[in-house]
Amino acid sequence: MNFNIYDFTDFVTSVSNWLNEILSPELAVITGMAIIGIIFLLFIALLGLSLVYIERKVCAFFQQRLGPMRVGFWGTAQTIADIIKLIFKEPLVTKNADKFLFNLAAFIVMIAPLLAIAAVPFAKGLHVLDFDIGIFYVTAVSSIGVTGILLAGWSSNNKYSLIGAMRSGAQIVSYELSVGLSLLTIIILTGSLQLSEIVNSQSDGWWIFKGNIPAVIAFIIFIIASTAESNRGPFDLAEAESEITAGFHTEYSGIKFAFFFLSEYVNLFIIAAIGTTVFFGGWMPLHLGNLTFFNNIMDFIPPLIWFFMKVAALLFLIMWFKWTFPRLRIDQMLTLEWKYLLPLNLMNLMLMSIVSLNGWHF
Amino acid sequence: MEKAMFYILSGMILVFSLLTVTSRRILRAAVYLLFVLLGSAGLFFMLNFNFLAAVQLTVYAGGIIVLIIFSIMLTSHVNEKLEAAGAKKSVFSFLAVAAGAAVTLYAILNYSFPSVSDRVNDSSMKTIGTMLLSYKDDGYVLPFEVISILLLAAMVGAIIIAKREHKL
Repeated sequence: MNFNIYDFTDFVTSVSNWLNEILSPELAVITGMAIIGIIFLLFIALLGLSLVYIERKVCAFFQQRLGPMRVGFWGTAQTIADIIKLIFKEPLVTKNADKFLFNLAAFIVMIAPLLAIAAVPFAKGLHVLDFDIGIFYVTAVSSIGVTGILLAGWSSNNKYSLIGAMRSGAQIVSYELSVGLSLLTIIILTGSLQLSEIVNSQSDGWWIFKGNIPAVIAFIIFIIASTAESNRGPFDLAEAESEITAGFHTEYSGIKFAFFFLSEYVNLFIIAAIGTTVFFGGWMPLHLGNLTFFNNIMDFIPPLIWFFMKVAALLFLIMWFKWTFPRLRIDQMLTLEWKYLLPLNLMNLMLMSIVSLNGWHF
Repeated sequence: MEKAMFYILSGMILVFSLLTVTSRRILRAAVYLLFVLLGSAGLFFMLNFNFLAAVQLTVYAGGIIVLIIFSIMLTSHVNEKLEAAGAKKSVFSFLAVAAGAAVTLYAILNYSFPSVSDRVNDSSMKTIGTMLLSYKDDGYVLPFEVISILLLAAMVGAIIIAKREHKL
């Protein structure tokens, strides 16, 4: 088995060949799927644990606190203690709730990010689903998640939950437009929706640099709209603690509550990963013109590290403005989308078409 | 493998379609409908019609179902149960369903299903994109534009309805 940290294509093919050798074709496919599924489940669990810890630390530093410090070194084991607590807690159900839908909702919110994460290109050849509709697939499957939120709010039989669900429904449906259009602006340049091709098109520079002004505008719109789409602050009206206790997941406890929490963080990761792939070159190293020496040093850093460094940078950016800006009102939020972001986005799309037609990008 | 997936997906579609029409709780029916639509998206993925599958997911699962759930949330309560239909209603709806099933079965059983494997079946994103905006013989730019005008008219209509200040 030839393991190469810069190109996983050979490694993945040799694993699949090996599976085909020792197993019958059908069994090999099923085993392959099971292995990928287990890897993703482990990855998501680790992601959830570490992101919750990072978020609490980032929040604490922005508020001039230290955050969790007691469990483990600098509180690193805090989230593990939290998850053990959540597992042993009793999953309560309100008396007049629709129990079937109440339980189902927690799973539906988890399905959407699980489907979407499969399309993320982690490194060269390290890619589960590489459809020719790549980006469109990600936006399509992540639109299922809102159903779970709406169901959770309605089936809880609680007015706070219902208000939270209504708010998040209105919010997600409107901000989906801006996310799609801002990604489309870059698609004009790449000429393909396939994620691996989008990454390959950035081998001589990332689109945020190559794409000129419209690419920067598109990135700003993308980061605002996708934060709103994932119900995070300053757009977290759906769970505004001061008004509606915890919004759509007020009635959830124990591990079912953890599902909502986990899906929020996995969604956050997917946003950062898609932003990285489309605007910041995915796993592509940073190359500067003809500086061969510099480019060689950059090439030496493995693509996986590049990818996770860029994702971490975007995650920090999103956390930064969650803990900096105050929460918007619902009417302000819808005004922002429909009166400012959407027209700006359409204009930006036109601008990008003109730039692309005249070859003004690099 | 393909066969097994097909049976799982079509079984899912059948079971959830039945549940959709027999459920006494309206929101549960909407959720079962969501699973029916997800199942058909899965069938499209199996046929390699990725674009169609993604459209099915965004438009139906992510759009229509959300709208249906939204309208149910605004109008009905969690404990509301629909009454079982009376005898007269049941008989007539059974007749209607039987007639519909008969017509569909008649059409399916009399169709010879010619093999299409020899025809080039290109459903890649690039082909769809160029065909959609092509004005040549097999292009779709005219229907595309007509549909966009329909959409514009619908949006203008929605704004007029939402605007209550002027009496119509």
